[in-house]
Amino acid sequence: MSIFNLAIKSILNRKFTALLTIFSIALSVTLLLGVERLRIESRTSFANTISGTDLVVGARSGSIQLLLYSVFRIGNATNNISWKSYQDIIHNPKVKWSIPISLGDSHQGFRVMGTTKDYFQYFRYARKHHLSFEKGKAFHSTYDAVLGADVAEKLNYKLGQKIILAHGAGKINLMSHDNKPFHVIGILKKTGTPVDRTVHVKLQGIEAIHADWQNGAPIPGFKLSPNRAEQQAQEPKTITAFLLGLHSRISTFKVQRNINKYKQEPLLAILPGVALQELWDMMGIAEKALLAISAFVILVGLTGMVTVILTSLNERRREMAILRSVGARPLHIFSLIMGEAIYLTVSGVVVGLLLLYLLLAIAQPVIETQLGLFIPIDWPTNYELILLSLILLSGAIISIIPAYRAYRYSLADGMTIRI
Amino acid sequence: MNEKQTAIQIKQLEFSWKENLPLTLNIEKLDIQNGERVFIKGASGSGKSTLLSLLGGVLLPQKGNVEILGQKINNLNGTARDIFRSNHIGFIFQMFNLLPYLSVIENVTLPLHFSDQRKHRVLKNSNIKKEAMRLLSHLDLTDKNILSRSTHELSVGQQQRVAAARALIGSPEIVIADEPTSSLDTDRRDAFIDLLVNECNENKSTLIFVSHDQTLEHHFDRSISLNSINQASLIEQNKV
Repeated sequence: MSIFNLAIKSILNRKFTALLTIFSIALSVTLLLGVERLRIESRTSFANTISGTDLVVGARSGSIQLLLYSVFRIGNATNNISWKSYQDIIHNPKVKWSIPISLGDSHQGFRVMGTTKDYFQYFRYARKHHLSFEKGKAFHSTYDAVLGADVAEKLNYKLGQKIILAHGAGKINLMSHDNKPFHVIGILKKTGTPVDRTVHVKLQGIEAIHADWQNGAPIPGFKLSPNRAEQQAQEPKTITAFLLGLHSRISTFKVQRNINKYKQEPLLAILPGVALQELWDMMGIAEKALLAISAFVILVGLTGMVTVILTSLNERRREMAILRSVGARPLHIFSLIMGEAIYLTVSGVVVGLLLLYLLLAIAQPVIETQLGLFIPIDWPTNYELILLSLILLSGAIISIIPAYRAYRYSLADGMTIRI
Repeated sequence: MNEKQTAIQIKQLEFSWKENLPLTLNIEKLDIQNGERVFIKGASGSGKSTLLSLLGGVLLPQKGNVEILGQKINNLNGTARDIFRSNHIGFIFQMFNLLPYLSVIENVTLPLHFSDQRKHRVLKNSNIKKEAMRLLSHLDLTDKNILSRSTHELSVGQQQRVAAARALIGSPEIVIADEPTSSLDTDRRDAFIDLLVNECNENKSTLIFVSHDQTLEHHFDRSISLNSINQASLIEQNKV
């Protein structure tokens, strides 16, 4: 029986406190790993909001602002870009596809996006997933609408439902395009991206509802019927932004430079990946705060363990004196206490991992439907293994405190039994 | 092993707990022969625990020598003294001698994990478990139930006999017992000492038995009063 077997038996002798200690370490480990998994998954999902798009182009402003309104539907464009410039740029032979985006209207607080059928063919998210339909199909005629998953779910809309668009974004006191209702023709599957909260219509639809408008307001005394408006809706004069896919990624910078230097109109082309990263970094503080909190919780767990061992030391001085009398050296006493702490930490980490997987198994479907985050139940990643080793290392380092104290006790007490 | 006649030899020993404190022990000379059974008599507070710690090499004298089996243990470093102690000396204390989280057998065999010499001595003739059982049965602990029981379910007398078996396993040359009978009633006390003395005889171990209880003297070859050999206590007494 080595000193470490002795440590195990000694722990088992104090099962209740040992279990409590292990449980508190386990909880802190579960929290740390759980927070880390959520954090990494939300980061990945964020970075995957848009995928396979080489450039995002809009009127000249800041890159994050462009990203926010074109991809996240947050805020508004400072300016539109002309249809002519759009046509000009997409006729560059390096351009493989483009998706025009026209924003400015809303439905029940959800943004309406005018685009073309190419959107359903080329838009990709999360590691190159294509959009797919839960029900129905892509829009075909002017007054067709395709709903994102959240829109359909929140508003409880079915296929064939008539919806009225409102001018501007927001929920109240908006002027509505009530004489030109749209039909829901398709509902998209959940993507976990802003697509879920978007109402998609054809560019012609956007043009048609504004055919009897001018300068952002209806022309007084002039109202076109839906059919007349549809006939009048020609090519749009302006769009808000557009996404570009190129034949070769190598030409990305060249095309970007050309767009940014475009003479006829001040334009801005951005690499979505870079802008997403910039945006995420702005939120990095919160991320670091989360990590710091989890780290402190680990520290609390380990401190709890040390406290438990330290308080037990006094009543264990007899045990140490007995061990000394049968020939244990002070170093053995040190190893005994150290061994106990290490066993407790290791058990805590193992139980914590099990707890994490248990929680994931329970919470995975909930997180997926509520947050649109899919947290895979995988083996611990290398990063997590490093975290776990750090916990074990901290446990070992922090338990030097009680071990050294026991060492001092056993040197001072010798074989004298103090109670 | 060492065939010298003297098991323990103390010369001009002086010890105090702190530099400026008066001496706790000041022993001019104390010789104990191999195989002797010695009763050391001393009231509590007379420095007997200190003496035992000095013999065990847990404490070091400020002056003089403690020679055990021909080895001046005050010349050894801490680790060497710990190893020396585990190899050559078995201890029995007043009460609660056992580790609560080990079984009876594990408690008895505990010293063998710290002393290879004692382990080898056991393995020469037997195996570890058999030897523990043999010692326990010699100490009248034959009941199989007792062996499987947790140590705190044993009576105090039974616990002390387990402790004695632990001190004796691996036949250390010296067995030191510090008030091992103080928590036993008179009948059990005499029975325990008889068993202990017999076992030490069989092992050819030197037995040093420390107690304040003079009535136990007759079990032993020789009785030494700690007060009579400790000049420090004389000075203390004179002061009072």
